[in-house]
Amino acid sequence: MAQPFRLSRGGRIDRSRPIVFEFNGRPIHGYQGDTVASALIANGIHLVGRSFKYHRPRGILSHGPDEPSALLSVDRGPGRVDPNNRASVVEARAGLRTKSQNHWPSLEYDIGAVNDLLSPVFVAGFYYKTFMWPRKFWDRVYEPFIRAAAGLGKAPTQADPDRYANRHAHCDVLIVGAGPTGLAAALAAARTGKRVIIADEGPEPGGALLHDPKAEIDGRLASEWLAETLADLDARENVILLPRTTVFGYYNHNHVAMAERVTDHLPSAAGQAPRERLWQVRAGEVVLAGGAHERPLVFADNDRPGILLAESVRVFLNRYGVAPGNRLVVATSGASAYQVALDAKSAGLDVTLVDLRLETDCGPEVTRLRQAGVEVLTGHTVVGSKGRTRVSGLIVAPVESNGRCGARRVIACDCVGMSGGWTPAVHLFSQSRGKLRYDDGLDAFVPGTSAQAERSAGAAKGTYDLAACLNEGFAAGAAASGSSETHSFGASATLTGFQPVRVMPTDADPKKVRAFVDYQNDVTAKDIKLAVREGFQSIEHVKRYTTTGMATDQGKTSNMNALGIVAGQLDKALPAVGTTTFRPPYTPVTFGALVGPARHALFDPIRTTPIHGWAESHGATFENVALWRRAWYFPKAGEDLHAAVARECKAVREGVGIFDASTLGKIEVVGPDAAEFMNRMYVNPWAKLANGRCRYGLMLKEDGYILDDGVVARVSDECFHVTTTTGGAARVLGHMEDYLQTEWPDLQVFLTSTTEQWAVIALQGPKARNVIEPLVDGIDLSPDAFPHMAMRTGTICGVPTRLFRVSFTGELGFEINVPTDHALAVWEAIYAAGQPHGITPYGTETMHVLRAEKGYIIVGQETDGTVTPDDVGLAGMIAKTKVDFVGKRSLARPDVVATTGRKQLIGLMTEDPKLVLDEGAQIVADPNQPIPMRMLGHVTSSYWSPNCDRSIALALVADGRALMGKTLHITTPDGFTRATVSEPVFFDTKGERVNA
Amino acid sequence: MLLIACPYCGNRPETEFRCGGQAHIARPEQPGALDDQNWSEYLFVRKNPRGVHAERWNHAHGCGRWFNALRDTVTDRFIETYPMGERPRSEQGGATAPAATSDIQSEARA
Amino acid sequence: MRRFSLTSLLSESMRGHTGWGRQWRAPEPKPRYDVVIVGGGGHGLATAYYLATVHGITNVAVLEKGWIGGGNTGRNTTIIRSNYLYDESAALYEHALKLWEGLSQELNYNVMFSQRGVLMLAHNIHDVQSFKRHVYANRLNGIDNEWLSKEECKEFCPPIDISSHLRYPVLGGALQRRAGTARHDAVAWGYARGADARGVDIIQNCEVTGIRRDASGTAIGVETNRGYIGAGRIGVVAAGHTSTVMNMAGVSMPLESYPLQALVSEPVKPIFPCVVMSNAVHAYISQSDKGELVIGAGTDQYTSYSQQGGLHITTHTLDAICEVFPQFTRMRMLRSWGGIVDVTPDRSPIIGKTPVQNLFVNCGWGTGGFKATPGSGHVFAHTLATGTPHAINAPFSLDRFRTGRLIDEAAAAAVAH
Repeated sequence: MAQPFRLSRGGRIDRSRPIVFEFNGRPIHGYQGDTVASALIANGIHLVGRSFKYHRPRGILSHGPDEPSALLSVDRGPGRVDPNNRASVVEARAGLRTKSQNHWPSLEYDIGAVNDLLSPVFVAGFYYKTFMWPRKFWDRVYEPFIRAAAGLGKAPTQADPDRYANRHAHCDVLIVGAGPTGLAAALAAARTGKRVIIADEGPEPGGALLHDPKAEIDGRLASEWLAETLADLDARENVILLPRTTVFGYYNHNHVAMAERVTDHLPSAAGQAPRERLWQVRAGEVVLAGGAHERPLVFADNDRPGILLAESVRVFLNRYGVAPGNRLVVATSGASAYQVALDAKSAGLDVTLVDLRLETDCGPEVTRLRQAGVEVLTGHTVVGSKGRTRVSGLIVAPVESNGRCGARRVIACDCVGMSGGWTPAVHLFSQSRGKLRYDDGLDAFVPGTSAQAERSAGAAKGTYDLAACLNEGFAAGAAASGSSETHSFGASATLTGFQPVRVMPTDADPKKVRAFVDYQNDVTAKDIKLAVREGFQSIEHVKRYTTTGMATDQGKTSNMNALGIVAGQLDKALPAVGTTTFRPPYTPVTFGALVGPARHALFDPIRTTPIHGWAESHGATFENVALWRRAWYFPKAGEDLHAAVARECKAVREGVGIFDASTLGKIEVVGPDAAEFMNRMYVNPWAKLANGRCRYGLMLKEDGYILDDGVVARVSDECFHVTTTTGGAARVLGHMEDYLQTEWPDLQVFLTSTTEQWAVIALQGPKARNVIEPLVDGIDLSPDAFPHMAMRTGTICGVPTRLFRVSFTGELGFEINVPTDHALAVWEAIYAAGQPHGITPYGTETMHVLRAEKGYIIVGQETDGTVTPDDVGLAGMIAKTKVDFVGKRSLARPDVVATTGRKQLIGLMTEDPKLVLDEGAQIVADPNQPIPMRMLGHVTSSYWSPNCDRSIALALVADGRALMGKTLHITTPDGFTRATVSEPVFFDTKGERVNA
Repeated sequence: MLLIACPYCGNRPETEFRCGGQAHIARPEQPGALDDQNWSEYLFVRKNPRGVHAERWNHAHGCGRWFNALRDTVTDRFIETYPMGERPRSEQGGATAPAATSDIQSEARA
Repeated sequence: MRRFSLTSLLSESMRGHTGWGRQWRAPEPKPRYDVVIVGGGGHGLATAYYLATVHGITNVAVLEKGWIGGGNTGRNTTIIRSNYLYDESAALYEHALKLWEGLSQELNYNVMFSQRGVLMLAHNIHDVQSFKRHVYANRLNGIDNEWLSKEECKEFCPPIDISSHLRYPVLGGALQRRAGTARHDAVAWGYARGADARGVDIIQNCEVTGIRRDASGTAIGVETNRGYIGAGRIGVVAAGHTSTVMNMAGVSMPLESYPLQALVSEPVKPIFPCVVMSNAVHAYISQSDKGELVIGAGTDQYTSYSQQGGLHITTHTLDAICEVFPQFTRMRMLRSWGGIVDVTPDRSPIIGKTPVQNLFVNCGWGTGGFKATPGSGHVFAHTLATGTPHAINAPFSLDRFRTGRLIDEAAAAAVAH
């Protein structure tokens, strides 16, 4: 018979829409509205997993996100397989394939269960005491064994076909939880017109009302009130109600993170919709109405399948219309479980209730239940359970007045509902850094002093009565909206109150009792006591030593019991032991939701120049430089990097090459004090730089080390055109703005980034002038009128240009700055005009080789944040007469003025001219010295130089300038090679070609 | 993510800002006159207080302006933000964070 | 000290483990100790251990304001490696790594040091140059570190996506095979147990509120919430709280304390064989013995003592993780947390003397202190015992910020380009 445990009526499932899915290969029948857990129970299945350490058979404990045991692998189609899904949360739908985890060969017969026999050895922290001999066995034997045994499900191995979205939102009032408290808060807040977001982790708002069909609110059934309330909220434009949305993180300044599950419950992957959506909400006020969690009872073998939390039994009965069994024992230390027994009885189950409390400590619920025909045993403890893969009996005993247990009795059953009281869900409050307060009467930590603009209401602060929750919620919603309105709800009474219990009294040998506190991590009361005995007395130590509370449920069901056991063992009051700090997330959140669309090009933006498309269509290979994508080289058919670069390098020196230098950072420094500002920011002197002339500028950090470099042109008395390295543009502008705004606000200077406004076309080579001559108007290009390191304004191809005569190749060269919009047209015109001259496009690799042939440094390659101007031979750039500039004082520090030991830029010529050194290779004087060797420095740049027809390298070497002509030894992948120290310039050593 | 009140733009999320570290450390008028010890203290030594901290922020992805803030480094709560070159209001007899005032050097600039 | 072994474990399992005593005592503070260590993290406890075992100084107290190992020791991602560039750093971290290799046996406490290899991925040409510089320097310093092609990276760590469509494709990597991870809590507990057995007093819930100095300015003891405790020498090992403690002695430090976040996924069966670090995209990932993916995030940009950072730091880290390991998008973040890391201007630690006589400091480990724990404790114990630095920690003096002899590993990885 399909669904033998489905009740004939009741529940909020849609019986007109049957569904079928798989569990461990067998078909499971259910209805729309079921969770995987409720459908499994409807089919009589309780054994759904094996525990982490002992591989004990485990069932479904809970109906919600606190489920520690029923973790399944869920397969939603190719690439859509993921582990550790809580059966109680996953909505059942057709086509799901679910599997139990952590067993071999099968769920029913699991070899790993042998661990259970070894449990006397495998106590808390046993692994710290052994697995140490022989030493090598740890890496090779013990650890692989432990790792294979640990872990729950299997991680996905395929790329995920789903996509994830991210949404930022603002609201005046954010309400967490759409149970009666949250809905009442929403009603109150919505009326004020404030922008309200109310989020609930479940698929359907209503919270506890969904499984309380007989409750009444304001004179009508709660289900009617719920429908009216939802309709009311739905009709308001200022309210966003988000089901399937877990508020998981409460960060600084009311920044709240929520995960919305958008498509997992839909039968197909739902086209364009994302699987999940991360909401990041900045809320004016937050109302925390996330409810409470029920505590299990800690007794021997309290983990058998069929043993559930009591309220969960009620949820399965009332909300899903399924019976967790035919013969139910409710074990409790409080009143709320009586309602479970009443509902189960009226659903036709055979029910017995066992209450730890003495009859005199109980309320009218006892009489009510007895009147309903249920046997009630007050003053009874539970000392154990029977069964293996399903509970078959509960062993109970009366607690005598001397505290001893009386005669045992086994109550045959196939289902147990247990309740050890309630724990308010203070997770988000604690995350917000509010201070928790221990409430003796509630035996729980409740929200104390707030740290942010939030307030808790309802069960989340220990209020369990329905009318009180509604009233409190309403008041909280009103207050959060700046209103003082209240509402007095009428509602049916709720059974509340419980007697705190840590471990159920027992007459068994405590050494043999295994009463589970943390189900998933297999932590027993005994483990916790052992930890305390061994000196682990802070709750954080106990957690870490025993792993209690560290499982995927993060201790939602176990924390209070663990804390209570520690307190009892130490004979301290519970708050003296402290509580653990709650950290995000409230429940696990997929990496996908957190990442959202931030993959590939959206991981980091890709910046491209206006020439990018041209370079692509001319076959360029690209490299990433900072955020930019730059043309690396332009291979012709059959060419590799080496061949293409060799050709490009020759072409530039012999004819003319064209290079896209648009990524250079550009800053316009303007104002009456521009020259003074430049004087303070750069090592160089600027006051006397004539208009229309350029200077190579060197910029230091205050610690004296090189920050950036670039050519600067003086456009006018009050205007400098500054260039920076590609990667340094933002950094340099930020550095300048910092000094300008905070140190020298008296200077009249304006800084504007013009990186994106000017495209830069570098035309380099002896024929460069010939190429542009016909295209340029208004500028005399003759060498005398327009010398090296000058800048002129005019037009090229009719487009305004700042034309620089500068060179990063050592050749006659121009850097043609044109407005970005016109850059491609100008580039194409130059390229066309250059054809007769054999114009060759070249990329960054050729640029690097050509500048290395000339010994020009690249900041970040020859320098590394520990290099001064003198180290790279640029001390001559420093203005002699300036009293101060950024970094000057540090150049007088003892380490900088030291006469020996500083690493200096030199050239290296390998003895084997064909051998190209590795960049990063280390340099020693004597390769035969013992390790550790004394290293003199390292190779900063190394290339095959087509123009020198040999390899060349630049290096930083201690006292290198004193070593000219000496032989040094350089590391290679398999040893050392020899090289001769040279000046760091390899081509046109006199530097005549730039003046052509 | 912090919510920061730029004195020029109002409340904006932290990702629009760059933190510039401790505020009110004026660059010496004549760095050359400082000995190595004093220069190294200027460069490197920071108060790093537990509690109210005067620090610099730059609204880098907004108006681009630098400003100062008083923030409690234990709670991360901002007490106030104020323009460069000014002193915190709470220093001028304001009700909040009286402890802050003694913690702030008294250079006129920066 | 009851020795841990398979035999003792088995014999205890016969009698319900009732025979295990405390792993360390909970003594009342004595009026005076030869050495008082402020801070009961891994470094402080290791210092006490080596004071007792190497130098025979056992009249030592470790004062911890909370619970031992509760700071960065218990909050880090447990990466251990020694492939640092500069000779000074390489010597320090290699000293530590050698101690790690025998630590479980030395302490008779399984710290689960797992030499699974640390692979640092290169994503651009600059990374390649920088990593090769490290590989060569390490070779000449006798430290294992090797360059792997991207295919070899994939072979060593199959989950890595080496395809070229990534925003920053993997170009290769530097692998230190002797590097790995350890069980962080066990390090604190193991040192505590070892030190305690030799007479060291480990005093928890004892917060230092002042440092007492005599007329000459010499430090002579500490004020605490449990009264005054005299000290021959004081070693401050307070990580993120160092500035606060040193201020009590009138010493201003070149330190700033930042929140550093980390997170773990839900536990899964073994999928990730090593540690992968990717500086270019800011991601650090390994898998714990328990099966969780352990992921380190970056620091927030502002100083804070809140142990709580912003969500955007976490998400950005996961962006990077999922860029290199796209199959992990369906994994779930289980737990995230923050620590407070104290950072020096050159990102290297300060271990040594202070301007105050008899006051010593060990701090500034930034985001990478865990790996140094044994070495740091060992050389700091030497410093406290003899009053002068060990050769290995001599370069890591407070004075280097005046002389300019900085040890700037971060700068050496040069960000400019």
